[in-house]
Amino acid sequence: MNVLPEWELLAPSSVDEVRAARAHHPGSRFLGGGTDLVVNLRRGIGDPPATLIDLNRVADLKGIEVAGEWIRIGAGVTIRELAQDPRVRASFPGLAAAAGSIAGPTHRNMGTVGGNLCLDTRCIYYNQSEWWRAANRYCLKYGGDICHVAPKSRICYATFSGDLAPALAVLDDAQIEIAGAQGARTLPLDSLYTGDGERYLALEPDELVVAVRARRPPALRTGYDKVRVRQSIDYPLAGVAAGVVREGDRLADLRLAFTGTNPRPLRLAGTEDLCGGALDDAVMERLSGLVRRQVMAMRTTFTSGHYRRHAAGVLARRLVRRLFDTT
Amino acid sequence: MIRLLTFRLNGRERTDAVADNVLLLDHLRESVGLTGTKTGCDGGECGACTVLVDGAPVLSCLTLAATVADRSVETVESLAEEGRLAFIQEGFHRKLGSQCGYCTPGLIMASEALLRRDPDPTEDAIRDALGSNICRCTGYVKIVEAVRWAAEAAAAGRAGATRSAAP
Ligand SMILES: Cc1cc2nc3c(=O)[nH]c(=O)nc-3n(C[C@H](O)[C@H](O)[C@H](O)COP(=O)(O)OP(=O)(O)OC[C@H]3O[C@@H](n4cnc5c(N)ncnc54)[C@H](O)[C@@H]3O)c2cc1C
Ligand code: SF4
Ligand code: FES
Ligand code: FES
Repeated sequence: MNVLPEWELLAPSSVDEVRAARAHHPGSRFLGGGTDLVVNLRRGIGDPPATLIDLNRVADLKGIEVAGEWIRIGAGVTIRELAQDPRVRASFPGLAAAAGSIAGPTHRNMGTVGGNLCLDTRCIYYNQSEWWRAANRYCLKYGGDICHVAPKSRICYATFSGDLAPALAVLDDAQIEIAGAQGARTLPLDSLYTGDGERYLALEPDELVVAVRARRPPALRTGYDKVRVRQSIDYPLAGVAAGVVREGDRLADLRLAFTGTNPRPLRLAGTEDLCGGALDDAVMERLSGLVRRQVMAMRTTFTSGHYRRHAAGVLARRLVRRLFDTT
Repeated sequence: MIRLLTFRLNGRERTDAVADNVLLLDHLRESVGLTGTKTGCDGGECGACTVLVDGAPVLSCLTLAATVADRSVETVESLAEEGRLAFIQEGFHRKLGSQCGYCTPGLIMASEALLRRDPDPTEDAIRDALGSNICRCTGYVKIVEAVRWAAEAAAAGRAGATRSAAP
């Protein structure tokens, strides 16, 4: 029998009820599929919440809308629904591929889009049992005062590992719809993440992710690929999303975004300088340079940071080549 | 907080007093007494705890019992009828898909969910559907054969053959 901290579980059925519940219970946390949060609660990671607000019965968090170039995905949509939706597979293949590569099939049946976007950052010194972390005197991210990955550092480098954020980041106008105590607001997806592994989200504690939306220009080809230790279940060691526009033999547009490397999803800067000509070895070499300079990959997994940075470059070049060559 | 939880378990409605912080896994094993569902890891890594909620596979070790109110939960105990193994159980037995047996209830429930939505799955479909379940003994080949055996036996059964007796 597992002994978990005491909390009260609330099961609201609308976003308004969630906001009201959150306002009345300041120490509460949102529960999606629980495939991240319940693991952490069981390991004593994070302060135990006095109240959990179960989002699984909130009707207005469900549903995927596809209209023209736009897609809008409710935060309560499961990863499996997103991966299998025929409209998503046809018009947003990169997003469908990213969803289909998350964890394993049972996890995808439980996990939600909101939970994936808000996924806690990860590190081998953090995603461990209570006694393991206690034996190491904890770390900066929770309960301690030193970073074991970079002992001189005052900030945490725990890695963002969600697969959906990069796939959304290569689309246009990716935005998060948020409901908080003060009302609704939208935030560019890029601004949802701080880049600090400890306080990784720019959300106020009372703010609920309601939906995410984005737009795919008709000519943009999208794809997703990742490497992991066990291909059927693990978090990414490196994941890459790409968006490519080909005009004749010319690379007209290129976007790349990474996960599993930095403390935030990384939209690679400078790719526009690679566009305008053929996709030749020189362009690929410059692409590798951008990856080497921006992809960080500290030793937060059992695999070395060097390997992950290298793998990120290999994946990116392969994926760009595949999307460019597809007819 | 403790509440009265009403849900369907293996086809029968029941109401239990359950605390909000109790995992479905622990409720099934410790309170209800159905120990077929296994605890294999400290959360989300192995699939030994897989049960069906409203027909779809779920990790009961990451599910709070209170969240299944008014839903239908099925465990491995629901499959055998009057002492006769279901085809999927018999498949694991005949094809040696089970060695130490610890992963077996979870794998059987994940397979059961697959066969309900796809009665004639390809090897790839089987491997995809069982991706959340880890087995340290069999090497998975025998498990894939077990699921294929069950699919074929069920098809033959629908064509008129009868269920075989429990071994
Ligand atoms: C073995 C294993 C492998 C995994 N592999 C991967 C992988 O390869 N790729 C990957 O991306 N993920 C992976 N995961 C993590 C996870 O399954 C998915 O990311 C899933 O989508 C998380 O969603 P959830 O609903 O279960 O999140 P939860 O655990 O319910 O929530 C996660 C966090 O988000 C917050 N939250 C949830 N919904 C909202 C909302 N609407 N608004 C604001 N905050 C919210 C919660 O409070 C919590 O802090 C893996 C998990 C396991 C156990
Ligand atoms: S990067 Fe450092 S501070 Fe952050 S979780 Fe890992 S060890 Fe802890
Ligand atoms: S007990 Fe291992 S996944 Fe549930
Ligand atoms: S039979 Fe032993 S773990 Fe699968």
